[in-house]
Amino acid sequence: MNTSQSLCDINPGQKARVTALLSTGSIRRRLLDIGLIEDTEVECVGRSPGGDPTAFMIRGAVIAIRREDCKNILIGC
Amino acid sequence: MGLTSKSTGIHAVDSGLEIKKQTPQDKVIAIAGNPNVGKSTVFNGLTGMNQHTGNWPGKTVSNAQGYCETKENTYVLVDIPGTYSLMAHSAEEEVARNFICFGQPDATVVVCDATCLERNLNLVLQTIEISKKVIVCVNLMDEAKRKHIKINLKTLSQRLQVPVIGITARKKSNLCFVTDALDRLFASKTQTQPYHIAYSKPIEDAIAVLEPVLQEKTAGKINARWLSLRLLDRDDSLLRELQAHLQTDLTKDPQVQKALAAAQAILKANGISASNIKDKIVSCIVKKAEEICFYAVTYEKSNYNAFDRRLDEILTSRWAGYPVMIALLLLIFFITITGANVLSDFLSDGLFYIEDRLTDLFTYMGAPEWLHSMLVLGVYRVLAWVVSVMLPPMAIFFPLFTLLEDAGYLPRVAYNLDKPFRKCCACGKQALSMCMGFGCNAAGIVGCRIIDSPRERLIAMLTNNFVPCNGRFPMMITMITIFFIGVSGGLFNSLLSALFLTGIILIGIIMTFVVSRLLSKTILKGVASSFTLELPPYRRPQIGKVILRSVFDRTLFVLGRAAVIAAPAGLLIWLMANIKVGDLSLLHHCSSFLDPFARLLGLDGVILMAFILGIPANEIVLPIAIMAYLAQGNIMQMDDLNTLHQLLVENGWTWITAISTMLFSLMHWPCSTTLITIHKESGSFKWTALAFAIPTICGMVVCFVFTTIARLF
Repeated sequence: MNTSQSLCDINPGQKARVTALLSTGSIRRRLLDIGLIEDTEVECVGRSPGGDPTAFMIRGAVIAIRREDCKNILIGC
Repeated sequence: MGLTSKSTGIHAVDSGLEIKKQTPQDKVIAIAGNPNVGKSTVFNGLTGMNQHTGNWPGKTVSNAQGYCETKENTYVLVDIPGTYSLMAHSAEEEVARNFICFGQPDATVVVCDATCLERNLNLVLQTIEISKKVIVCVNLMDEAKRKHIKINLKTLSQRLQVPVIGITARKKSNLCFVTDALDRLFASKTQTQPYHIAYSKPIEDAIAVLEPVLQEKTAGKINARWLSLRLLDRDDSLLRELQAHLQTDLTKDPQVQKALAAAQAILKANGISASNIKDKIVSCIVKKAEEICFYAVTYEKSNYNAFDRRLDEILTSRWAGYPVMIALLLLIFFITITGANVLSDFLSDGLFYIEDRLTDLFTYMGAPEWLHSMLVLGVYRVLAWVVSVMLPPMAIFFPLFTLLEDAGYLPRVAYNLDKPFRKCCACGKQALSMCMGFGCNAAGIVGCRIIDSPRERLIAMLTNNFVPCNGRFPMMITMITIFFIGVSGGLFNSLLSALFLTGIILIGIIMTFVVSRLLSKTILKGVASSFTLELPPYRRPQIGKVILRSVFDRTLFVLGRAAVIAAPAGLLIWLMANIKVGDLSLLHHCSSFLDPFARLLGLDGVILMAFILGIPANEIVLPIAIMAYLAQGNIMQMDDLNTLHQLLVENGWTWITAISTMLFSLMHWPCSTTLITIHKESGSFKWTALAFAIPTICGMVVCFVFTTIARLF
């Protein structure tokens, strides 16, 4: 299992568990607020027509996150 | 039931923490909750007010207050902007946090979304940690039922140690549950204690050091345990508010400083630093929410939101996403145009019949000719034109658009368009403010508050006017009909008109992108900031209610504006046409003064003058132009669009004039209401001036280039 995988690497339909949140500043606070803490299960549910942002199911809500921000959300399987 | 909801009018003011009680006994109730859980629906239902509601996060951007009374109590309800957490930091979330933490409401109602309870509990836990009287109101129980999500309210109430009620806010009959719960809360003598979330051991130890000191210093004015946590996680903006609230700076107090240092030492010894304590605190709360939901919520169907996902797959797919957006716009315009044709004919027949009767009346009373001419041919006629030509498309478009908004489609538009916006270094949420702009540009400007980054918000505000509002596209429809499609009507012709109009709107959208990018590269330099956007579940719109309400609202609004603005404008035009300076009328002098410049843009002096006089409201531009032509020409009777065509052609209009007029209508100065709103929102004359200049310059350049090229052929 590669631990340096991030949310960018999962495709619609796939699930993953968050292992670390590297984001900083306001986006970090925002992600924590919506419940994206370590060990949270996240499911990728779709991509926007332009290929970015991507929609994730996080604790029962669908949240769209841009690719740059996904890079800072590390996942394991 | 005990509820006699009553409104005190439309005092929906942005007054921060200033609460206006009607009597000293009024109890202040804060209505809090995550974005888009139906706070405004609860608020409207209880107060009888008309705060804007819609299925997208962030539409309530400031505190609104209203009143409601029951047999036992009178309440001042405060609708506060949605927030995910009390630790959040965008401007509108600060409004929410300050009110819950320092506004000292007598009670707080936290509205939750039953279909997504776990995430909502984060805010609930944070709120009950600080407030003594809290009611948790689980809304959208009908949606949860539809998705087979079962919520055990009793378990929830036991675990949270506060009253919990389940409602479906859009059912009026459910709202008494809220007031009953409030009455019970104030009737009960038992003093409830703020909830105690158990944090990890090092944090609890640190709190134990700090809490007694703070308890003494604040003399119980504020919950000391909660305050200890805030001092530990160094929430600077909150500490500033706190300083203002307590009128003393706690962090300067030597005893507090000493205790804080000791507490921080405990944390440090356990590997918790200033940078990760917030994470630890949030983690504890999120895990607590997870635990509570584990006991209180049962998902009877594992794929409970399969329908939403399937719909999203279509509406946001790579192939269908953009075409569906355009098709929906087209469909809305098609219905608008088809319906407006029928309604317009009917209204103009009626209104011009009344004009004839008014003329009869004036003749019968022997009124002087100038009076008849001024009041009937001047004031009444402009009013009649606004009502018959401009009102029908507005009254039909608005409810259709509201249906899309209610269903939850708008956030998908923002999601689909985020990539192109990001390429322009702007934010996808700008698409949401643009959508609002279709209804009214001033509303679009206020809607820009959902954009967190100030730079991106300014870009959205400066470009909002490229979306033609409700007051502008009826004029475009008229131009398209009489110059390009023909007035014969029929479904096919309506479809062609709708296609044509969609094309014009697309030009506006392209301009938005171009100008956003230009701004990002010049005066508003910067890169796109990060963003998260919630895609709420689709909800079945309340079709009947929406249609009834928005037709009624819109009709009254437009009629009101017609009376206030169109009537005086009619009078002004009549005066200008009848006051002679030298041999010619004042109107003629003005229009011939503007004429040479207007000709360069493919317009003429009268049209340009109509646009200038139309600053108070865009819907009077076309009626003013018609009046001006009528005053100069020899056609005196106008019964249908055919005569309008004849009138315009007699005054030298060609297809070039028609297209230039549409382009100029799409891109010119914002109306005065929008300008005032921009000034209020940006707080600066400089940005207001730019918001005036940018679309105007764009419009002039585009019209000039188009006309010059078109005249070559």
